Amino acid sequence: MLVKHKKSIWYEFYVIDIAKGLFITMRNMLFAPNVTIEYPEVRRNYSDRFRGMHYIKSVNGVENCTACMLCPTVCPAECIHIEAGERPDKEKYPVKFEVDLLRCCFCGMCEEACPKDAIKLSNIYEMSVSQRTVYDKSYLAEQRGNK
Amino acid sequence: MDISPVFFYSFAAVAIAFSGMVVLKKSPIASALSLVIVFFCFGGLYAMLDAHLVAALQILVYAGAIMVLFIFVIMLLNIDAPSLDTMRAGRLGRFMIIALSIGLLSLFIWAFKETTPPASVGAFTPQRIQEAGGNTRVLSELLFSEYILPFELTSVLLLGAIVGAVAIAKRRST
Amino acid sequence: MDTFDWVATAVKILIVLVPLLSVAPVMAWVERRGSALMQNRKGPNRIGPLGLLQSIPDAIKFMGKEDPIPGHVEKFYYVLAPLASLIVPFLTFAVIPFASSMTIDGRVINFQIADLNVGFLFILAVGSLGVYGIIMAGWSSNNKYALLGSLRSSSQMISYELSMGLSVIGIVMAFSTVHLGEIARAQGEVLMTLGPLTIPKWGIFIQPLGFLIFLTTAFAETNRLPFDLPEGESELVAGYHLEYGSMKFALFMMAEYMNMAVASGFIASLYFGGWQMLPGMHSVLDVLGLSGLTFDIVRVAFEALSFLLKLCFFMWFFVWVRWTLPRFRYDQLMDFGWKVLLPLSLANIFITGVMIYYRWY
Repeated sequence: MLVKHKKSIWYEFYVIDIAKGLFITMRNMLFAPNVTIEYPEVRRNYSDRFRGMHYIKSVNGVENCTACMLCPTVCPAECIHIEAGERPDKEKYPVKFEVDLLRCCFCGMCEEACPKDAIKLSNIYEMSVSQRTVYDKSYLAEQRGNK
Repeated sequence: MDISPVFFYSFAAVAIAFSGMVVLKKSPIASALSLVIVFFCFGGLYAMLDAHLVAALQILVYAGAIMVLFIFVIMLLNIDAPSLDTMRAGRLGRFMIIALSIGLLSLFIWAFKETTPPASVGAFTPQRIQEAGGNTRVLSELLFSEYILPFELTSVLLLGAIVGAVAIAKRRST
Repeated sequence: MDTFDWVATAVKILIVLVPLLSVAPVMAWVERRGSALMQNRKGPNRIGPLGLLQSIPDAIKFMGKEDPIPGHVEKFYYVLAPLASLIVPFLTFAVIPFASSMTIDGRVINFQIADLNVGFLFILAVGSLGVYGIIMAGWSSNNKYALLGSLRSSSQMISYELSMGLSVIGIVMAFSTVHLGEIARAQGEVLMTLGPLTIPKWGIFIQPLGFLIFLTTAFAETNRLPFDLPEGESELVAGYHLEYGSMKFALFMMAEYMNMAVASGFIASLYFGGWQMLPGMHSVLDVLGLSGLTFDIVRVAFEALSFLLKLCFFMWFFVWVRWTLPRFRYDQLMDFGWKVLLPLSLANIFITGVMIYYRWY
């Protein structure tokens, strides 16, 4: 329904309202602080719970992962691919550990499912690349965070 | 160094070329746009005769207002070439048109060849106009003193035309 | 015309042409930077101090892009359209006086490229041709959005041209001349003295209503917000220049900014004293204590500077208003043009007539 408001004559005479609007924009321009974060130099601080690029935590140069296959099982996007193997000391370990970043939805379920605290999502969010990437084990083994 | 003949002939050549385009172009809008260029050239020719006011009015009224409305109407009615084909004249009509045009053209040529420009110059020489304060002032003084009645009658006529147009438009819509 | 005239004209054309051509890059920066600051952003600030050189890579980008002509367009008019809209501001600026006259070697030079005695009629006449660039672009693109945009713009420009012409009539009546140079000169007289303040006879003080109408119609004629319905990116994608890319689009953009410059120059010379010096400049000139030819040159430079400052203020005003007001709806636009501005401008003529009759000017 079209509601017609009764307007005063000063409202119909737009000039004053336009002048008010111009005053507001000029005030904003001169005095309001600006909210831009100038990205490459200044970075936004994300919370510690931010889920960014994956890495496999390792202690003393040996990765925590035991290739228990819990993370590929829980992964809703099915982006983790693990092939298990045996170390000389009869310890189970992942021969292949790949994360397909094109499929990953950064839900963090792998991190929660992992019993050995091996797979972690770091704070890194600058992940753009110029070609399709599947992160392999050697790349993921780099310690990118302190979780 | 007098370069005005160069301008005169280039304006004239462009005007004639685009007059041809007005007739020959298939699409009505292309014709209308060509006519605008013709008007513009006429404006240039008037300006070269030091009739700046006439030149400005020519462009303001014809090129700026009337042709815009023309194009507007053509665009809104969306006349295209096929619908114009049905409006073609018959063989006899075409012959008549060509004969009439040739007759008119030869009449013009004859008139220009036979008549000589008047030896005596009228009251308004360029010097007189300069002294009286320029084209615009002289023209407006004449319009509002000696020719006030025809001037006002013309505006009444135009007003009548506008009222008539509105009346017709209103009657058709109800 | 002899050599002296040729040289003088060439110098005048250079003085006008170079700033007019650089209007587009500078204004593109002002527009982006100004809008950013008004919206609490930063705007382009990477290239050069304050991002001032941003326009150079922009221009290179425009020139480097592929310049396609789509298959479905009317080629001749498609190519002609950007040129047609660019020619108009160049032509109109020729009659705007940017400084008073000076005498060199017994010859008087008027600082106005074309000293026509129809002055403002010429601007209105040529300005009314600006619509053709837009019509041609819209029609030749064979695109429904472009056509709608150009239809809107032509009806808008016709509607507002009337009020524009009629609002200037008030100024013409008050100064009883249509010659822009004489109008600018007449505005140097003193209207009244209020204690220490001397109010000059600027157009805005004797025609305030006419000024408001003219300002509004100038916005409509240059297709700037709040009257930018021909572009209306939210409903018409981009309006009449939808099918244009690369340098042809850049020409449309240049034409828009140059039209703004012409409108600002027109406002400045009709309502803000044209080249009449800003307050304070006279005393600076007196302090310098020059004489002869140097004095004349400095005086003309000061006058041109005053004109430039006034022009820049209105250019900024165009930008300022753009980032303040929202767009009109189409019926509001037409209502406003025909039912408000036209009667107001007629009333303005009537009031001016009455005031002239009682010799209040």
